[in-house]
Formats: sequence, structure tokens, C-alpha cells
Amino acid sequence: MGLKQSLHTLKEKYKGQKMAPAFNALHTFLYTPNEITHDGTHIKVVDDLKRTMNTVIMAMVPCLIFGMFNAGYQHYLAIGEINAVSSGFFSSEFWQWSNLVFGAWKVLPLVLVSYGVGLAVEFLFAVIKGHEVEEGYLVTGMLVPLIVPVDIPLWMLTIAVVFGVVIGKEVFGGTGMNILNPALTIRAFLFFAYPTWMSGDKVWVAGAQERANELAAGMKVDSISGETILGSLAQNKSMGYELWDMFYGFIPGSVGETSTVLILIGALILIFSKIASWRIMLSAVIGAVVMGLIFNGVVDAGWINSGSGFYGLMSTPYWNHLMIGGLAFGIVFMATDPVTGSQTNKGKWIYGFFIGFLSIMIRVFNPAYPEGVMLAILLMNVFAPTIDHYVVEGNIKRRLNRLKVKNV
Amino acid sequence: MSKDIKIKKGLNINLKGEAEKTLSKAPRAASFAIRPKDFHLVTPKMVLKEGAKFKAGEVLFYDKNNASVKFVAPISGTLTSIERGAKRVITQLLIQADTADTYFLNPVLDLNKATGEELKAHLLASGCWPFITQRPYHVMAHPDHSPKAIFISGYTTAPLAADLDFTLIGKEAELQAAVTALSKLTHGQVHICIGGDSNSPLKGLNHCQVHSISGPHPAGNVGVQIAQIDPINKGETVWTVKAEDLVIIGELLLTGKFNAERIVALAGSSLGAPQYYAAIIGSEVAPLISEAQLVAQNSRVISGDVLSGRAIDLQGYLGYFDNTISVIPQGDDYELFGWNKPVFDKISSTRALTFSWMQPNKKYDLNTNTNGEHRAFVMTGNYEEVFPMDIFPLQILKACMVQDLDQMEALGMYEVAPEDFALTEFVCVSKQPHQKIIREGLDLMYKEIG
Repeated sequence: MGLKQSLHTLKEKYKGQKMAPAFNALHTFLYTPNEITHDGTHIKVVDDLKRTMNTVIMAMVPCLIFGMFNAGYQHYLAIGEINAVSSGFFSSEFWQWSNLVFGAWKVLPLVLVSYGVGLAVEFLFAVIKGHEVEEGYLVTGMLVPLIVPVDIPLWMLTIAVVFGVVIGKEVFGGTGMNILNPALTIRAFLFFAYPTWMSGDKVWVAGAQERANELAAGMKVDSISGETILGSLAQNKSMGYELWDMFYGFIPGSVGETSTVLILIGALILIFSKIASWRIMLSAVIGAVVMGLIFNGVVDAGWINSGSGFYGLMSTPYWNHLMIGGLAFGIVFMATDPVTGSQTNKGKWIYGFFIGFLSIMIRVFNPAYPEGVMLAILLMNVFAPTIDHYVVEGNIKRRLNRLKVKNV
Repeated sequence: MSKDIKIKKGLNINLKGEAEKTLSKAPRAASFAIRPKDFHLVTPKMVLKEGAKFKAGEVLFYDKNNASVKFVAPISGTLTSIERGAKRVITQLLIQADTADTYFLNPVLDLNKATGEELKAHLLASGCWPFITQRPYHVMAHPDHSPKAIFISGYTTAPLAADLDFTLIGKEAELQAAVTALSKLTHGQVHICIGGDSNSPLKGLNHCQVHSISGPHPAGNVGVQIAQIDPINKGETVWTVKAEDLVIIGELLLTGKFNAERIVALAGSSLGAPQYYAAIIGSEVAPLISEAQLVAQNSRVISGDVLSGRAIDLQGYLGYFDNTISVIPQGDDYELFGWNKPVFDKISSTRALTFSWMQPNKKYDLNTNTNGEHRAFVMTGNYEEVFPMDIFPLQILKACMVQDLDQMEALGMYEVAPEDFALTEFVCVSKQPHQKIIREGLDLMYKEIG
């Protein structure tokens, strides 16, 4: 009578009861079930949805850990306790124990709230509807803390997660049935419900808001400027950071999206493990580059001058666009969501291209909120079935033509 | 013009327990069974009653929907019982075999002079007709149709399946007779596909086109070959015959005897001595399995290959169309953290901490565990990697599930059979029953359109 046997006995006991899905979710987390094949193939590949989702989470872990260090680093840098990084990716100023402790203290609650609230909703729906708890939220729950500003109040996150899981996913029937990426639905909810929290220059560095409040109260302290690069560029200021800092990720921004190099590593994990579509990633990068080049061309041709409100972002070299803001993170981890993206290989090229293309376009033309990747992906989520429809239609036409050629 | 066909997409599943290429005569089975369900959508109408004695090749029953199609006894013996299921549908005919066969003798036709109609009547009356399958719908061929072509696959790619290059050795005369006869039943061609470098007995046959094909599974599936050579369009019919059944047809044409003996591979990692046996259709499998030495008691016995075969138990019988008996371990046990730990001993189509991609030629010992629970479709693009037809697998499956007949037709339902979706089912992360979905879709279309 080991643990395995006792759990098996419990499973048999709960079978058919209301709480069975909740128990099974925990049980299958520990043990792959003893289920065997019946009809159809008698053997199956080892991969299941849990392994798939787990791989995506693994690919995000480096970003999460970096995000914790970065939260601490940005905070201590802003209040002047430490110096800026000086020696590349492994700078000792960044990889400080104190940075991690501070960052973990800020970021882990976000992770806990995201998973706790989201999974509670999932379990509730599973029990009510009597289906198994599906694994989709495992990835969503990890994405959410990585794409919000570090200082977001937890109650706000809670509301957004409930909204995102219920409206973004469960009303459509759960994992696999949703139209919009749930993590981005949560992010978009936050953005439209609490715009002042989600943009501007006070949310990207932990403590900036408090400090602003203290200043307003008349205390004599230095203000913290936590402006993101996109925020600066949208106001035609200079970027303010070295290129390598942007590539490594020593910049303010949402928790896990700043480090292009770690996102790149995540992308390699996903592509190598064949979990996410390289077609979407590659075509999205191509789309972003094309749009960036068009804007650069407009600037080079002298069609707008430096007085224009769009000049800052338009004149940013196209390849710099790939490293700033959430573009890379969005392309790698969210555009590639197989449920909400295009499902055909040809469709993936089109879908990805427009995500990149529209991201940069929105980024440049929307100075109030200079990040386009969220809206671009949500928009393309909506268009993905249409893209697939035309791709599939091509196949259908080819089949009909085969018949016509024959009958001529 | 014959073609050299190269298939790129697909997946070879290398399993332990491949049948060794030695042939033994199986001990003569005492008990036999015929399952009318093996003949999909056929409603049997009995000719013989319980207790009747008959010779090998005598008519047991015919198809109620098509009385000309006869089904004959594979051996001589006594009909001990007719088992029925719900609504009195006949599920199984149990036969007690005589100790030696006496054959019902059919007339022998002169193959060179006989017309197509004569041959058709001959095959129908002698019980060879059920070996001919038609597409669309993957059901027994309708005698009134004239197919645009007849396809035969002589290439084996399914895991552990009987190697046709081995089982057909020495049967050239029978094969030629059957192919000659089939060539008169179609207004088009008989197409035969053999492995690229194979020395198949099918290679030198006349009255047909021999193509060579190479590539991973499912290159040996006749559906893939049809799609390459002469795809089925709406309104067209093609027939397919399994190469091993050509031998039975051929012998009948040459000698007048319905000799239901077939070379069967006993394979799988649960067997100590996997090898080939000559066995008769419908014979009990227990004596065969004990010959091949069952080493693991908790095993699944499958009549057919591990991808598309049917689960039977140790007391089961060899299916009418099967030339493989696979015996693999049951997987009815839990596995601690089976979903996240690195896996070296199972096959995967990804590289998500799974390492089967590093050793493509390693042989695996897979069991019947589903390795995860049933889910909605989530992943995309992984079916296409193992599906070498110009059809969107995910989309056609979904069309079948929502019973959208127009879309099913438009997406190519006339071209497919359940076995074409065996590999996509094998790699499915959501553990969806693809073959069942396609079978039900085909049945629906047959009912509504066919």
C-alpha cells in the first residue's frame, strides 16, 4: 500500500462524483493515469497536453527569474543605492542577492495570485460542468505575471484574472475552444479598465508610485523616473539606454518581457522541442522588420520632420524595434498559442507576419500607449479563423480543379 | 508509366518483438469464429443453421442488402453456435473444425477467356468478393460499380506488421491469376506498389502497373499510394485489395478451392519467439500464441497491427482481414510524474524532454497506456508532419465531429479510410480517437450521400 495504491483507491471512490475532476486534476499532476487505449491505435506517443504546457513554462522560467532580479535592480538603481550595470550580461551589479530578494518579494505574489485565482476558477468550472481540469491555464498563469507591471495591485490582478478566464475562455467551452489568448485578454482588461495604472511612467519600477505619492505629500526625496524606452521614444526623447542593455534586459518594463536574450533562449527551446511554431515566430519578425523599414524609409525620405509626434518611434532603426517593449515576448510566447493562432501552416505565415507588422504600426501611431503587440495579437486572434478559412478554401479549390481538369 | 514515389512525411514506429523471418505450420486449430462485423455495414443473412456441417468454401451467409455477395467457411466443420448481440445482430459464428479439411470445389474458369462479368459472378459466388474494398467510404466493394482503378499495396510500413515481401514468397502464380482477374473488373488499371528496393514477388506481374514507393509509414498504406498515383475525385470509385488476399483469390481461380490459409506474423514484445506461422482465417489465437511463447501475462492481444488492429483476448480469433497478431504489454499502471520527467524509453513526435529523436532506429517497447488524458484539440501542425496526403487532417476531423457533410466532402473525405488517420491518432497530444471519428464520418456520409 504505497501512495500510488492509496490514491488509486481514492480515485475509484470519487469516480462519478461531483468532486472527481478536482481530485483527478491533483492526482494526474502526481501520476500519469493508468488509462489504456481501447479502439484505434493501441499505442500512443508519450506526449500529452501536460508535457506540452510544461515545456512552455520551462521556456519561460529564465524570463521569470530574470524578471525578479530586474525588479530589484530597477528599484535599487532608481533610489540610487546601486550603480548601473557596467560589464555585460553577467554584471555583478545586476545579479545581486538583494535584487533577487526584493524582486521575488514583488513578483512571487503576482505568480501566486495568478495561479491561485485562475486555477480556482478552472476547478470551479470543471466541477460544475463535470469535465476534467484542462492544462491551458498552466501556461496562462505563468504568462500573466510576466506581462504586467511589477507594482500592479493584487486586487486588480485578481479581477482581471477572473475576467480573463471566465470571459476569455470558459464561456467558449474551456481550453482549446477560446478565440482570444486568455493571458492577453487579462492584460487587455487591465489596460482598458485601469489605463492610468497600465501606462505612463510610474508603474514600471517598483516603488515609483509610492515615491510620487510621498513627493506629492511634500516629503523631500528624489522622484523616481521609471519610464520605459517606448514611453520615452513616444515623447520624442532619446532612448536613454545602451543597445546591449536592451538586449540583455536591464531596462524597465513589464516583469518578464525585458530580456531579449532570454526570450530568444525560450524561443529556441520552443522551436527545438517542436512545441511552438517557428513559422509564426519567423514571419512575425519579418513583419516587424518590414513595417520598421517602411517607417525608417519615411524618415529617410524626409516626409516627416523631427517636430512630428511620430518622429521618435519612426526614426528608431527597424532592428532596435525588435528589442524594445514586449514585441519579442509576445511573438515567442503568445502569438504562438496554437488554440488562438492560425492552425494551418500557410496560415501561420500570414498570421505571424501581420502580428509583427501591426505591432510596429500600432506602436508608432498610438503615443498614448506605445506598445502594439498586445493589440496586434488580439486582433490577429480574431482574424486567424478567417485566414485559415481561405487557406483551406485553396485546398478545396485544388480538389475541385482536379475533377474539372479530368472532365474536360 | 510506372512511377517512383518518395514519401517524406510520416513516422516509422520501431517496436521490439518484430517477427523473425522463419515460417512454421501452426498447430491445427479446433475452434474458429467468423465475425460479420469484420465486413463493415454488411447485414448477414444465414444460409446454414446451428449444427450444420459444411466443407471449406461452402456458403455460411450472404449480405442481406446485396444477396449476390456470399461469405464462405474458411475450413470444413460444424457450425456450433450463432452468437447474437443487441437487436439480435449476429456477432459471431462459432465453428468446430474437422480434423482435416474437405473442400467445396468451385468451377475453374479459363482466365484468359473469361469476361469481367463472368469473373465477377465467380468471385461473388465463391466467397472471394469480400476481399475487395472500395473507396469512398472504405466498405466492401459494391458489385454493380466499375472502379476507375484497383490498388494493391505490397509495401509494409506499419509497426510489427507482417512483411509482404516475406509472406508472398512462392505465390507468384496465385498472385498473377488474381491480378489478371482483377484487371478485367476495372475500366482502368490495376496499380501495385512495392518497396523501393524490394524483391517482392509482385514485382514481375503482368496486367498491372507496378510502382515503387519508399518512405516512412504510412507509405505502405494504400490510401497514400492512391493519392500519389490517381487520387479519387467526387463520383469516382476505386477498389483496393490486400496483397495477402490476392493469394486466396488466386488459388481459388486456379484450383477452385477456397483455401483460407494465410501467412501470419506473430509479433510484439510480449512474445518470446515472435515469428511467422501459416494460419487459417478465423482460427483461435491461443495455440498460436503459446507456440510463440507468451512471456508477459498482462498483455494485450491484437488481431492486426498495433495502430489499426482490433483488441481481442487470449481466447480470441484471427480477424478476417488480418495477417498480423500483435501482443504487447498492457499499460494499466500509474507513472510518477510521467508528464514532466525526461523520457528515454517511449516514442515521441516532439523533443519536449523526450529523446526518441536522438535514436531514430532504436526499437521501443511500448505498452497500451494512453500516456495522458483525453483533451480538446489544442496543438496544431503536428498531424501534418506525419500525414502525407494533400488533406487538412485537423480540419477534416473537426468537420466529421460536427457532421458537416458539405465540408467533409470538400475536404477530401472520399479519399480517406480510418487507417490513414492512425498515425495522426498515435501522435495526438490530446489523445483524440481519430480513426473512430473518421469511421463515423464515413458511415454518416455513406448513409446520407452514398
